This record gives sequence, structure tokens and C-alpha cells, in this order.
Amino acid sequence: MPMQTVKMVITGPFSAGKTEFIRSISEIDVVSTDETISSDSAEYGTKAQTTVAMDFGRITVDDDLVLYLFGTPGQRRFDFMWEILAEGMLGFVVMVDSAKPETFREAKSILETFRAYAPTPYVVAANKQDNPEAWTPEDLRIALRIEESVKLLPCVATEKESVKNVLLELLYSILEEMET
Amino acid sequence: MAFKGILADFSATQILNLINLAHKTGTLRVYNPVVTDEYITDGAGNKRKKVVPGEERVSIAFRDGKLILATMGAQDGHLANVLHKAGKLNAEQARVIRERGAKYSDKALALMLINANYVTKADVVRSIQRHTLDIVYDLMTWTQEPFVFEENVLPSTDRITVPIDLKNVIIEGTRRARKVKPLEEELPNLDMALKFPEAPGEKFRGIHLGVDEWHVVAFINPKNSMRQIAKACNMTDTEIRQVVYGLLQAGLVELVKPPGMKMPQPVAAGRRSPAHPSQTIKPSVVERLINKIKDM
Repeated sequence: MPMQTVKMVITGPFSAGKTEFIRSISEIDVVSTDETISSDSAEYGTKAQTTVAMDFGRITVDDDLVLYLFGTPGQRRFDFMWEILAEGMLGFVVMVDSAKPETFREAKSILETFRAYAPTPYVVAANKQDNPEAWTPEDLRIALRIEESVKLLPCVATEKESVKNVLLELLYSILEEMET
Repeated sequence: MAFKGILADFSATQILNLINLAHKTGTLRVYNPVVTDEYITDGAGNKRKKVVPGEERVSIAFRDGKLILATMGAQDGHLANVLHKAGKLNAEQARVIRERGAKYSDKALALMLINANYVTKADVVRSIQRHTLDIVYDLMTWTQEPFVFEENVLPSTDRITVPIDLKNVIIEGTRRARKVKPLEEELPNLDMALKFPEAPGEKFRGIHLGVDEWHVVAFINPKNSMRQIAKACNMTDTEIRQVVYGLLQAGLVELVKPPGMKMPQPVAAGRRSPAHPSQTIKPSVVERLINKIKDM
């Protein structure tokens, strides 16, 4: 029986925690195409590395089923990769750094862009909820104008249980859509 | 919980909308912006100088999603000054009351002035309401200031507070701020339609709409795009955006995709869109994924 692969995309603004999210759940070391940020770069001082093409994680279910997680590059100058990564995705997660309102507008824009790529189910992960300056998921829903029907989940991408919860909720939404 | 940011990222209108919809109680403090040499990166990876709070500029209190009091840092919010500004006391009266009434709270002072027939209760309420609204409308034109909303922090009980519904404030403030905020980012697609939220009668109760707003409201229907409404109302793209933005922020309408509208297709020309995976993947596969992740 041929191996079946399922693909999910983890997207969101720059520094939203996409790489951490995949790293927390992937059974392999994340194949990351991060590059070191140079001192004359815009991101210098905010994080040591940034994803330029994609992150890649894997969860093997059994001999004939594998889930691949693809993390998109957060910076707009690499957005040509988004469409390629979105092809054939079963669903997607939009990560938002809950403590950085300067990224909310971009998060909303990325969400709309991915919605336009494919009518797949998605969830929004309100990441960095362990940061004391994080906006609550309820406030984020209003701030980002996320419809009530869309799941907006609290998340700490460095914690495996939190990441599992986000992926499970996305899978429940996918299953629900299949059954309707 | 508190939330904070700067108005460049989250506008005063958006803050008021959040407070209104979430029925929040607390105090919004807005500060003079101080630009530092430190850099931060926005969500698209663009670099900009970090802005930190300077001196407090305004403090605005809310109870259960209603505006109740505003004070301007540099302004003396003494009741005598508020009544003088509203034309209820002359300059000399205000000066004398300020000097002699320094030890009294606003409530105690108001009672004395009412009992002495200087002003009526309605004068006091209207003057404080006017003073509060002037500050908030001013705030709604600011674009760079840092802010913090502190939940459950309220003015002392000796202050006079007047509850004001935020929906009207948002609409009026948006009218006044029209020339300040570019709305293309907020409403990029005029092919989207509008619909009323649940229980529209309740939401519109007590709302004071202008002629332009009523014209637009009359055409609201999930089948009518904003572009069509603009045409029917003889409005420019900017004008329809201004009206709709105010209605949206006040929670009076919602954006909806009209029937038959095609979402922008970013797939490059010539590339075939493959069958959607949910059409080719069976529910049993998803169930296996769920079980696997549960067991991890």
C-alpha cells in the first residue's frame, strides 16, 4: 500500500512562534531553512534567526500515513513561498504573537491571504499566552475580527501539550467539515 | 487583564470597539509618545523605532463597556473648570469656587452648587458629558501614542461619572477623524457585502445616525456589495469606506461575502488547482491522525 501523506501549514507574522510550534511536536529535528540575521537587517536584535523558505516537521502515524507540518516564512519578502506551501494543505494554523499588537494587522492579512488560497479549515493560535503582556484570546478575537465560528485557541508554542491541543482542534474542524 | 500597544498599530476607534463589545470595566491611559533608538520589527518583518510611553496624556474610564469619565493630563479637570468651559459659570465664579472648594470632592461641590442655585443637576451631568466626549473625540484623531488599558481600575467614588454609550461615540469620532485615518487597509475590498448582526433592533436603539449613514443602512443586505451601495447612494469609494468603517466599529453591521463572489485567486496563471485534499482524504485518515496526536 502506498504511503499517504497529509500536509498542514503553520503560518503567521514574523516571530509569531511558527518554528517553535513545529519543533515542539515534530518527531524529527525540524528541517529549518533559517538564516542568521545580519546586523544591518530589520530583524537584528529581535531574534537570532529567521525562516527564509520554510520549516518542515513530521509526525508518522504508521507505515502508510505521515503528517507533514510546513511552517511559512514570516517576512513579506519571502511571501512567494506561501502559495507553494499552501498547495494541497488539509488545513492551516495562523499563529499570532498575543503580546505584539504591532503584528496583529499582518496576522489578519496573512489569514485572509491563506483563506483565499484554499477553502480549508483553519484555527487561530493565540501564542505566547505565558507572556504577562499577552492579550487574552477573547480580546484578540475582537481585535482581529475573527468570526465566532472560527476556533481561536490559547497557545504556548514551546509546550507540547499546548501544540497538541491546537492541532487536535484543527483536525476536529477538518473532520466536522468532512462529515457535513 | 491589561492590554497595551500603540495607536499606530491599534487605533483609538478599535480600542473603543473592543471595550464596547467585551463590556469591559477599567481605565484606558494614553501617553505622549517617546521615540527611542531601539528598533522593533512589525509582523511583516519591517524595522521601525520603538515608541515608549512618556507623560500621561489622557485617562478614560469605562464601566461595563460604557464610557464614564475622561480626564486630560495637562487640563485641570476640576468641576468648576468643566462648568466654566460649558458656560455654566463665569471665570470669576469658577476661580472663587476653585479656591474655596479645593477641599471638597466633585460630588460634594456639585451638591453645594446645585443647592445654592448656581447650576442644576442637568447642567452638571451635561457639562461632564460634554467634557468627557471632547477628550475622547480628540483622542480619536491621535495616531502614534502608546496606551494601556487597566482592567477593573476605576476613578475614586467621589468623582462624578456619566455613563455614555460607546456606539454613538465611535460613529461620531469616526466622522471627526475621517481625514486622519486611511481606510483602504481596513476595508480593502468593496466587493464585500454587509449584513446586520443578531438583534439589530436592540443594537440600533438610541443610535444617532447621520443622513449618509441612514442612506447606507437602508441598502444593507448580504446581496448588495459596498460598491453597489456606494453607487446607489452616490458616494465615492472613500465616502462609503468612512461610513461603513464607523458602522463596523460600532458593531452595527458585519462584513459578509455576497453570493457568487469569487475570492481573489492567487494561483498563478496556467497552474492547475489540484483537487482539495478534503475531497481525496477519508475521514478515517483524519481520525488516525487525531489518535496519533492524542497519544504523543
